Amino acid sequence: MSEHMKLFEVFLRSKRGLDHKHVGSLHAEDPQQALEYARDIYTRRSEGVSIWVVNSTDIVASQEDDCESFYDPQDDKPYRHATHYQLPEAVNNM
Amino acid sequence: MSREKTQAELEAQFQAKIDAEEKIEPKDWMPEKYRLNVLRQMSQHAHSEVIGMQPEGNWITRAPTLHRKCVLLAKVQDEGGHGLYLYSAAETLGTSREEMNEALHSGRAKYASIFNYPAITWADMGAIGWLVDGAAIVNQVSLQRTSYGPYSRGMVRICKEESFHQRQGYHIMMVLMRGSDAQKQMAQDALNRFWWPSMMMFGPHDAESAHSAQSMKWKIKRQSNDELRQKFVDQSVAQAEEIGLVIPDPDLKWNEERGHYDFGEIDWEEFNQVISGNGPCNRQRLAHHVKAEEEGEWVRDAMAAYETKKRQRSAKAAA
Ligand SMILES: [Fe+2]
Ligand SMILES: [Fe+2]
Repeated sequence: MSEHMKLFEVFLRSKRGLDHKHVGSLHAEDPQQALEYARDIYTRRSEGVSIWVVNSTDIVASQEDDCESFYDPQDDKPYRHATHYQLPEAVNNM
Repeated sequence: MSREKTQAELEAQFQAKIDAEEKIEPKDWMPEKYRLNVLRQMSQHAHSEVIGMQPEGNWITRAPTLHRKCVLLAKVQDEGGHGLYLYSAAETLGTSREEMNEALHSGRAKYASIFNYPAITWADMGAIGWLVDGAAIVNQVSLQRTSYGPYSRGMVRICKEESFHQRQGYHIMMVLMRGSDAQKQMAQDALNRFWWPSMMMFGPHDAESAHSAQSMKWKIKRQSNDELRQKFVDQSVAQAEEIGLVIPDPDLKWNEERGHYDFGEIDWEEFNQVISGNGPCNRQRLAHHVKAEEEGEWVRDAMAAYETKKRQRSAKAAA
């Protein structure tokens, strides 16, 4: 059995001014090929004006299970939110 | 084969994109002057976020309650993050953090002149949040529509986080204004000292602003200095009145015809003095930034040494 080609993650910018968003992944020999495949697979209906491909093995990800110990959701810090500050009605649109 | 486009054609195409409200992204062709203009503005903005941590950082240990201390700490932490968003957006234009820091330290790069005023009482934390963040928000809301994509996206992120900054500042003022005569006086005094410097944050009049016309044409800036300043005055008057504060401007009055407040003239001599390095705290702010950079050196060295060691170890393990 031949070894599978490398995995790439594909990100698309749907419109100028917006962030690139992850849309899926694909296998390719090299980055250039991955870019061409991504064009063929993910942008057949003008879904994107810009494509990024990234080697999947280059992505370092946190785990959802680690959430609490790794990045506290900070639910005990309501003062980071605007709604925490009770202001008079007349100026409440601040 | 298509021929190479001429400079004029490229520029026309670029301007057409801007006129059509499209954003410019890092890998697009752009006129060198556009690149430098956006870079100057973003680096100045980034430096302002970071230098702006100093006057408030100075009060973290002296905040009157544990709650106020937590709030101030959270706000200063946000400002550091804003600096990071903006520095990395600026880096998409081919500069480095080191270059930007060097430009700041040598005085070639500027930051908002407001941070060269000292924060001498607790009420100043109120005035800064309410007015300085308030003025920054007016500016930043407008900049969400700036033509450079990474800058625009940074502004959207920052505006979301700013919302509590102004409210916590106003809340400090409000509580002081419900307190003793001395507390009321302290709040009014902070407003007296911070009002005019806040007005200066919007920069010179449109007619005198060196970069304004081109910045507007390229939509780097979306509203002029004077327009933004007017917006700030209009929103601040009602906010001051609501809690019994008096804005220190005898010429301030509602103009029925314009539908805006008229206001007095800024002391431009003071403005020029402060931006050219002679404000009350310019030297102190820069010296502190340099010192923090120097004192952080061993941490960066240690991290680099640890990285090298880790790499050597895994190379050995693989061998
Ligand atoms: Fe900020
Ligand atoms: Fe802020």
